[in-house]
Amino acid sequence: MDILDYIISNWGLIVTRTGEHVAIVGVAVALAVLTGVPIGVAISQNRRLAEAVLYVASMVITIPSIALFGMMIPILSLFGQGIGYLPAVIAVLLYSQLPIIRNTYAAIRNLDPALREAARGMGLTRGQRLREVELPLALPVIVTGVRLAVVMNIGVTAIAAYIGAGGLGTFISRGISQTDPRQLVTGALAVSLLAIVADLALLWLQRKLTSPGLRTR
Amino acid sequence: MADGVRPMLMRLRRNGVHVGVFLLGAWAWAGGLLPGLLEQWDDIAFLGWQHVELVALSGGAAILVGVPLGILFTRPRFRRAGDIALQVLNVGATIPTLAVLALSMGLLGIGNGSAIFALFVASLLPIVANTMAGLRAVPPPLLEAARGMGLSTRHTLFQVELPNSLFVIYTGIRTALAINVGTVPLAFLIGGGGLGELIFTGIALNELGIMLAGAIPTALLAVLVDFIMAQLQFWTIPRGVNPLR
Amino acid sequence: MIRLHQVSKTFPGSTVPAVDRVSLEVPAGEICVLLGPSGCGKTTTMKMVNRLIEPSSGDILIDGRSTSDCDVTQLRRSIGYVIQQIGLFPNKTVEDNICIVPDILGWDRRKSRERAAELLDMVALEPGAFLHRYPRELSGGQQQRIGVLRAIAADPPVLLMDEPFGAIDPINRVIIQDEFLKMQAQIRKTILFVSHDIDEAVKMADRIAIFRDGRLVQYDTPDNILAHPASSFVSDFVGGDRTLKRLQLLTVRDAMLADPPRVRAADSLKQAVATMEEHGHQTIVLVGPRGRARGYVPLQAARGAAGTVGENHEALPTTIRPNEDLRTAVSTMFRHDVSWLACVDEDGMYLGYVTLRGITRLLSETYRDG
Repeated sequence: MDILDYIISNWGLIVTRTGEHVAIVGVAVALAVLTGVPIGVAISQNRRLAEAVLYVASMVITIPSIALFGMMIPILSLFGQGIGYLPAVIAVLLYSQLPIIRNTYAAIRNLDPALREAARGMGLTRGQRLREVELPLALPVIVTGVRLAVVMNIGVTAIAAYIGAGGLGTFISRGISQTDPRQLVTGALAVSLLAIVADLALLWLQRKLTSPGLRTR
Repeated sequence: MADGVRPMLMRLRRNGVHVGVFLLGAWAWAGGLLPGLLEQWDDIAFLGWQHVELVALSGGAAILVGVPLGILFTRPRFRRAGDIALQVLNVGATIPTLAVLALSMGLLGIGNGSAIFALFVASLLPIVANTMAGLRAVPPPLLEAARGMGLSTRHTLFQVELPNSLFVIYTGIRTALAINVGTVPLAFLIGGGGLGELIFTGIALNELGIMLAGAIPTALLAVLVDFIMAQLQFWTIPRGVNPLR
Repeated sequence: MIRLHQVSKTFPGSTVPAVDRVSLEVPAGEICVLLGPSGCGKTTTMKMVNRLIEPSSGDILIDGRSTSDCDVTQLRRSIGYVIQQIGLFPNKTVEDNICIVPDILGWDRRKSRERAAELLDMVALEPGAFLHRYPRELSGGQQQRIGVLRAIAADPPVLLMDEPFGAIDPINRVIIQDEFLKMQAQIRKTILFVSHDIDEAVKMADRIAIFRDGRLVQYDTPDNILAHPASSFVSDFVGGDRTLKRLQLLTVRDAMLADPPRVRAADSLKQAVATMEEHGHQTIVLVGPRGRARGYVPLQAARGAAGTVGENHEALPTTIRPNEDLRTAVSTMFRHDVSWLACVDEDGMYLGYVTLRGITRLLSETYRDG
C-alpha cells in the first residue's frame, strides 16, 4: 500500500521521468533507423563487408552497458558531455545498430531472387527496386529489429540513470541507495510496463506496416 | 564501381586497425587507464574473480533448471501449461534487467543471494524459451519415424528431439549468458560485488582510472564469454544439425 | 524486329564462351523459340537482349536500333520480360503488378488501370474478382497469366520469355499456351521464347533456334527442323518421334485429295464401280443433292452387285475438317480403325479425303526434297 500511495503522490514525477526515458530511447532509435537501415541496405550488396559490419556490431552489443557508459566518459568529457543525455543517446544508438542492420540485411538478402530479376528485367532502377519492392517486403522484418532495439534499450536507458541521464532508472537508483522499496518497486514496475507497452505498440505497428499481400491468413 | 571500392576498403581496414590501436592506446593513457590498471591490479583480480563466480553460479543454475523446464513444458501432458509459459516468457523477456535486480532486492534485500537470484531469473527466460522453441521445431516426420521404429519416449527425447534442437538450445544459452554477463556489473548495486564495484565507484568519485579499471575488463570479459560460447556452439554440435558448419 | 549480329559472351573467369558468335533475326510479330539442353547458352542469349547480361562482343538491334546505344533502364522498359519463377511482387495487388511499368513511366494511372482490366479480360480472368487480389491468393497458372500481362502492359513491341510455362502443371500448361497463342494473334509481339521442351517449341514457334554449347546450330521453321535436322545433334534433340511431331504442324488440307469423284444416291452400283476403277480408288463417297457427305460405297462390296448406291451404301464412321492437324486425323483413323477419312466443311459439304498412305507420302516427300 505504501507503494500505491507513493505512486499516487508522485504521479507527476513518474510522468516526467517516463518522458525523459522516452526522449532518450525515441531519439536514439530514430537516429539508429536513419543510420542502420541504409547501412543494412548498402552491405546487402557485398557479403564480406556485411560480415565485417555485423561482426563489429555484434561485438558492440556484447559490451555491458555500464561498461560502455564508463568507457565513453573520457571521450565525451573532451566536449564536456561525459555524463547525462548525450552518452545515453550514443549508447542506445550503438546498441540499436545490430538488430536494425542485421534485420535489414537479412530481409533484403532473403528476398526471392526472382523478384529482383523480374524488377531488373522490367527496367526498374536501383532506387525504384528498393522503393517499390525490396523495402516494402523487408519492412516487417526491419520493424522487428526496431522492436528488439527499443525493448532492449529501454533497459539500457534505465541504467543510464547512473550517469545522470534521468529517466525511470532514477527511481531504481534512488531506491537502492536510500534502501527505499517504494521508489525501487515503482521504478521497476514503471520501466517494465514501458517496455511491455512499447513492445506491444511496435508489434501493432509491424502488423499495420505489413503489406496485406504478405499477411498469412 | 565495386572494383574501385574493394581495394579502398582493404586499405581502410588495414590502416584502420593501426589507427584504432594507436587511438585506443592514446585514449587509455590519457584516461589514466594504464596507470590505473597497474594501481588497481589486486582489486581487478579479486573483483574479476567474484564477477566470474557470479556468472558461473547464476548461469550454471539457469542452465540446469532452464533446459529441463523447457523439456517439461513441451511434453504432451504439459502442452497447455507450455503455451501459457511461452506467453509469460515473451513478456518477461521485455522486462529490463535493472528492474529484475530491483525487484529481487525488494524481495530478498541486499546481498549476494538476491544478486545471484536476479541474474538466475534473467538468464532463465531465454534458456527455457529457446529450449521450448527448439523442441517444438523438430520436424514431425522425425518423431513419427522414431515412434514407428518403436523408440520409447525417453529414447525419442535423447536420440531424436534433443540432438535436433541442440542448436537452438545453445543459442538460448548463449543469449542468456550474454544477458547475464551484461547484468553482472549491476549486481554490485544490490550487494553482489564484481567488477561493477570499480565502475560505479569510479563514476561516483569521478575517478576515470578506477572506472576504466572496471569497465574495460568487464567489456573484455563479455566479449570473451560470447566468443567462447560461439566456439562451443560451432565445435560441439555435430555437423549434421549445425547450420553454421 | 530483333537482330543479333555475331553476338558472343564470355563470362569473367571462363575461357570458353557461353555464347559464341550467334547471329539470328526474328521478323516482327513472330515467335522465335530458343531451344537446347541446359547450359547451351539460350538463356544467356535472351538476357543479352535486355542487357541483364552485357554481350562481350557483337551487336543486338531492335527495330534497327542498337541496344548498346540505348539507356539500359529505358531499354528494359520497352521490352516485356516474363520469367519461369513468375516474380510477381507479393506486396502489390494484381492491378498494381500489371501497372508497374506504366506507373514508373508516369502514364495516366486511371488509363493504365482500365487497360489492366481489359488485359485480364483477354486471359479470361474476371477483372472484378482479380484486380484487387494479391499474388498469393492466385493459383500458379493464374499467377503466370498475370506475369504475362505485366510484361505487355506498357505495350512493348518486343517480349522476352524465359521458360514462362515451365513451372506450370502439364494440363494447365497446354491451356495457357493456347491462350497465349490466341492473344499473340491479336497483339503480334516480336517474341524471344526460351524453352527446353521440343513439343512446346513446335507448338509455339514460328521459328526455332537450336543451341548447343553456345552456338546456334540450326535456325528454321519448326517443320523444316523436324523434317531436315541439320545435324545428328539436332535430330537426337528433337527426338526419334520427330516425324510424329511434324503431324502437329501439318493440316488435313495439306494431305487431302481435293475434289475427288463422288456418287449420288440415284447412281447404280455399276457406275460407282466403274468410277472407282477408273481412278484406282477402293471406296467412293456418296453425297446428297447439295453436296453433303452422306455415306460411302466400298469397291469390294459393290463389285458384281446390283441396285443403286442409295440402297446399298454404308454410313461414314466419322468425318474430319480440313483445318485439323494431321495428328488429330491419324488419331481419329486409329480410333475408328479406318485408313481414310472424308473431309467436310462446317456445313458438312464433302471436300475430299485423306488416307494414311497419303499422309505417309506427304511426310516422306518433304524428306526427299532435302
